[in-house]
Amino acid sequence: MKCKSAFVYSDALLKYHFYPDHPFNQKRVLLAKELLQYANTLEDSDILKPRSAKDEELLLFHDHAYIEAVKKASIGKLTKNQGMEYGIGTEDTPMFPNMHEASCYLVGATLTAVDAVLGNHVNHALNLGGGLHHGFKGKASGFCIYNDGAIAIKYIREKYNLRVLYVDTDAHHGDGVQWAFYDDPNVCTLSIHETGRYLFPGTGNTNERGIKKGHGYAFNLPVDAFTQDESFLHLYESAFREIIEFFKPDVIVTQNGADAHCFDPLTHLCTTMVTYEKIPMLAHHLAHTYTNGKWIALGGGGYDMWRVVPRAWAQIWNVMKNGKLQEGSMPSKWITKWQKKSPVSLPEKWHDDKKIIPDIPRRKEINEKNNKLLLNALKYAKPKNG
Amino acid sequence: MFIENIMQTNVTTLPPTATIAEALRLIQEQHIRHIPIVDEEQSVIGIVSDRDIRDASPSIFDKNPKQADLHKEIQTIMSHPVITIHPLDFVEEIARIFYDEEFSSLPVVSKNQLVGIVTEKDMFYTLIQLTGTHVQSSHIEVKVPHKPGILPEVAAVFGKRKANITSLLVYPYKDDPNYKVLVFRIQTMNPSPVIQDLKEAGYELMWPNNLMEFQNYEV
Repeated sequence: MKCKSAFVYSDALLKYHFYPDHPFNQKRVLLAKELLQYANTLEDSDILKPRSAKDEELLLFHDHAYIEAVKKASIGKLTKNQGMEYGIGTEDTPMFPNMHEASCYLVGATLTAVDAVLGNHVNHALNLGGGLHHGFKGKASGFCIYNDGAIAIKYIREKYNLRVLYVDTDAHHGDGVQWAFYDDPNVCTLSIHETGRYLFPGTGNTNERGIKKGHGYAFNLPVDAFTQDESFLHLYESAFREIIEFFKPDVIVTQNGADAHCFDPLTHLCTTMVTYEKIPMLAHHLAHTYTNGKWIALGGGGYDMWRVVPRAWAQIWNVMKNGKLQEGSMPSKWITKWQKKSPVSLPEKWHDDKKIIPDIPRRKEINEKNNKLLLNALKYAKPKNG
Repeated sequence: MFIENIMQTNVTTLPPTATIAEALRLIQEQHIRHIPIVDEEQSVIGIVSDRDIRDASPSIFDKNPKQADLHKEIQTIMSHPVITIHPLDFVEEIARIFYDEEFSSLPVVSKNQLVGIVTEKDMFYTLIQLTGTHVQSSHIEVKVPHKPGILPEVAAVFGKRKANITSLLVYPYKDDPNYKVLVFRIQTMNPSPVIQDLKEAGYELMWPNNLMEFQNYEV
């Protein structure tokens, strides 16, 4: 199945850059884009240039004082002490020149994707530069300054008045987006992530279900450390299918962090490319089943930027555009070009070799725990009058 | 710390067909406030609290109470579905359920069978030792020799990397009095530099443990 899809990209997205060794590196977006170009699945006509976000769009979610602080930091006028109040200038989210402008482009790119889909120009749109789900109303955190996902959903609510299902498969809990819509019954959030008992940010327990009118519209699947493909995908697929049937959204927004892979240095999950193939395949299928194809996909975390993220992200586009995954050998030109820069051997195939899958002695117990939390999380995902 | 370490395993239960009068007698005789309702398979299908039971009981001022109400089945007043927990859940995770849902007891279920119960009182006992999971943070556990001066030594590693410590707990290491486990929660999404420094300084990490060490762990 071929779909009309847009790949939102410009080099402006690469300017969101803290410092050379910082784990969050937007070169990942460029690596994925070039991988697709060398694989001949991304043409120039697919690429949509992003705009920058305006202040009033940032204000849909963020506090005025916070935006002003980011602007000051952007020109080196925010002191360290002033920054602390806003989570800026920490080890995770340091200040850098023009950080406001760079962040506005990430947000603008996500809004560009939204308008492309909801203006009926395309079925699906992808902004790999977005998905900064830890950004709070008045505080930067976890590598995220402005929360493009939360802003985009506010924008969809305001401009298009549609009901949104947000699905976050990053290994870290999508806390910023969850809290943004915690009392809103028109936005349903689903986050599958490594349990917060060890991992940042620590929230995302199944009992976080929303408050007031929004109660029952936040879903969390905090899977055990060392969870592997089979169990991760079982939870993802069961929950996504059941929740979309329950909520019946008008549009799907996915956050596609690629840090649940066993190679990822920051998390303790043990999935492989199998997971990153199934994630967009199911989102694509459900978009065509429930939302008339309306699907906006964003990037997110992913800290093995050479071996994992480019392939994982490229497959989202392959599914969006052609309805199928790339298989077999990776384009040799891509490998030749980037191997020189990479400290690790670049993968030769789109799939992972089975040899990389570690043997986890506690697998049965982990799977049992994960199944139990799935049932617990879905306890209220039933039609209200059913 | 796991729930199975603090749960009560001797749980008073009733079948759904028991009468309200039986429940009333149980809470008075055993000084308990919650009765899980279980089916033949010991699967939890409901729960009643002392307040549910008392709401269904006649007032002490009522001269001619209607005894018929007390002979109704307990399933007519039980709450369901029931939020349950697992023996291998962490105490600090379950604390959030107690807080957010305002429950005062939670049945513990494994393989679909009731295996215990945890009450507020059990939690408070445990929570004296636990804190600090309510803010964004990452978790690091270090096994250290139990000797004077070790804590500032380890904490200095965090200080050098400007990692803000949001909570620190000192746990015993199994039954061995010669070691302690220091549990730090630090305000960063990227604990790798600190972890690297701790390893280089020769400290033994209980978490994150690398996969090979994990594989050697006897289950």
